[in-house]
Amino acid sequence: MNAATAPAPAVETAAAVLRLSDVNTYYGAIHALRGIDLEVHRGEIVTLIGANGAGKTTTLRTISGLLHPRTGTVEFEGRDISHVAAHEVVRLGIGQAPEGRRIFSRLTVVENLLMGGFTRSAAENHEQVEHVYALFPRLRERAGQKGGTLSGGEQQMLAIGRALMGRPRVLLLDEPSLGLAPILVQQIFEIIGEINARGMTILLVEQNALQALSIAHRGYVLQTGHVVLTGSAHDLRENEMVRKAYLGES
Amino acid sequence: MTAPATSAEAPPARSLSGPAAQLAVQLALVAAVLAGAFAVLGPEQFINALTLGSIYALIAIGYTMVYGIIELINFAHGDVFMVGTFVSLALLGTLGFTAAVHDPLLLVVLLAGDFLVTMILLGVVGVVIERTAYRPLRTAPRLAPLITAIGVSFILQNLVQGVPPYFGYGPYATNAPQIFPTDAFLRVGGTNVPVLSLLILAVALGLMITLQLFVGRTRIGRSMRSTALDRDAAALMGVNINRTIAITFFIGSALAGAAGVTYGLQYGVTRFDLGFQAGLKAFTAAVLGGIGNTIGAALGGFIIGFIEVGAAAMGQARWGPAIVFGALVVVLVFRPAGLLGQQVGERA
Repeated sequence: MNAATAPAPAVETAAAVLRLSDVNTYYGAIHALRGIDLEVHRGEIVTLIGANGAGKTTTLRTISGLLHPRTGTVEFEGRDISHVAAHEVVRLGIGQAPEGRRIFSRLTVVENLLMGGFTRSAAENHEQVEHVYALFPRLRERAGQKGGTLSGGEQQMLAIGRALMGRPRVLLLDEPSLGLAPILVQQIFEIIGEINARGMTILLVEQNALQALSIAHRGYVLQTGHVVLTGSAHDLRENEMVRKAYLGES
Repeated sequence: MTAPATSAEAPPARSLSGPAAQLAVQLALVAAVLAGAFAVLGPEQFINALTLGSIYALIAIGYTMVYGIIELINFAHGDVFMVGTFVSLALLGTLGFTAAVHDPLLLVVLLAGDFLVTMILLGVVGVVIERTAYRPLRTAPRLAPLITAIGVSFILQNLVQGVPPYFGYGPYATNAPQIFPTDAFLRVGGTNVPVLSLLILAVALGLMITLQLFVGRTRIGRSMRSTALDRDAAALMGVNINRTIAITFFIGSALAGAAGVTYGLQYGVTRFDLGFQAGLKAFTAAVLGGIGNTIGAALGGFIIGFIEVGAAAMGQARWGPAIVFGALVVVLVFRPAGLLGQQVGERA
C-alpha cells in the first residue's frame, strides 16, 4: 500500500478526460461559479482546494449534473454533458462520493453498495463488490450492518466503495477527510492513492490542502467562484500564497 | 435488494435489528391488533371492521408512499379514491350492469376488468396530478405544494360534479352497481361471513403483499427506497428521480382506485365529497401507523376500521370519528413517529 501512495507520473500529453470551460453556475440568484476553467487528464489526481464557500462542491455538483451551468460547458471524454441529468452522467462513467458521504443510513452496507451499482447488472455487481471488499476489508465485516451505524471512517469507505460500484472512469471525491481522525485521514488518502495507481482518474475536493497536495499531480485553488491559481501539486505546495492561506504557515 | 447477493455477503448470524426481524416484529404487531379486535368485537363485527379497514388501508398506503418519497401530504389523495368510485360505477354502468351478477364466470371477468381498468386510469390520474401540480413546485417552500394539493382536491370534486344536468354526477349521492351479490354468505364456525367481505379482504391483502414484494425486491422498488432516503444521493447512483416519483404516484393512486372499486361494491353509493372524510381517516391511519411505512399504514387502516365498527356496534357510531382522532392524539403523544415509525435520525 505504501508504494502506491507515491504519485504515479501523470501522462502530460493525454487529452483532457474532463474539461470545464468558462463555467458559470448559479444557486437561484447567487452566482456561485464565476467562469471556471479546469481540466483533468486521464490517470491524474487533480485536487480543488479553497476555503468554505469557494465553490469546490458546486464545481463537483455541476460536473455530476445535480446542478447545470448557466453558461459555459462541461465536457466528458469530448462530449458536452453540461445539461445531462445526474442519473445519466453516472451511466457515462462519472462516479461521485458526495460531500457528507450521503450514505443510505437505513440500508445495509451491502445494499448501499448494490445501490452504487444501480446502473449495472447483478452479475457485474457480484464481481465488483469483491473488488470493493478487497480495497476496504472493513466493509466486508460490516456487510449486514445498517449504513447509519457505521463510524465516520467506515462511512467514507462505503461512500467511495459505493461510487466505485458503478465502474466509473472518473471518480469525484468531495471532502473525504472531513470529520475523520488523523489516522483515518492518512488511511483514506492511502487508499485514494491506491485507486489512482490502478488507473482511476480522480478529481479530489479537499479542505485539507496539505494532504491533498501530497497525493495529487496537479491542483486548482478556488476563491469565491474563481480559479485563482493552478499548477503542479509540487509548485502549489511551494507557492507563497498557498502556504499562507491553506497550509497554515506564516 | 437482490436476495442472493445479500445472503452471500451478509454474516451468517442476523442481528435482531436486521430487516427480516424488523419485518417480523411489525407483522406480529399487526397480528396482535387483529387478535385483540376479534376478541372485543366478536366474529361478525370483526369481519365488518376488516372490510372497512381494508379500504382505509389501501388509501392510507398512497398517502404514506407519497409522503415517504417527496414529504408532501397529498390532500387530494382522498379525492383520487372518490374518483375511483365514480370511474368504477361509470365503467359498469356503461357496460349495462346495475345489479348483482350471478354467473360466476362473468362476475370474475367483470370484477377483474373493473379493478384493472379503474386502477390503471387512476394511476394515470395520479401521474398527471404529480406532473402538472406538484413537480413544478418541487423546489418551492413546503407550504406551496400543500396548498396546491388542497386545490387539486377541489378540482377533482368539481370535475366529478360537472355541470349538471349536462354532464357529471352533480352534488347528489349516486348509486354504484353492486355487481357482487351481497346476500352470498359462507358459514364459518357458526358465523355467516359475507363472501364480498372475503373478496375485499383478499384483494386488499393481495395488493399489499404485492406492493411489499415490489418495493423490497425489484429494481424500481430499490430506486423508490433510495429516493425516499436521499434524493440527491439516489440521483448520483443513477436513479431517475422524476420517473421514480411518477411511478410512486401511479402506484399510490392505483391503490386508491382499487379502494374506490371495493367501496362501491360494499356500500353501493358514492358522492363527490366522499373523499374528504375517507381521506382524512386514511391520512390518520397513515400517521397512526408511522408515516412513510406501508405496513404501518395498513395497520393504521385496520385499527381505524375496528374503532369505527366497534363504536357503531355499541350504538355509538356518532362517536366513531371522535375516538379515531382521539386515538391518534394518544398515539402521537407516546410515539410521535407513529406505531411503526422510525424514531432515529434520518441522516448519518
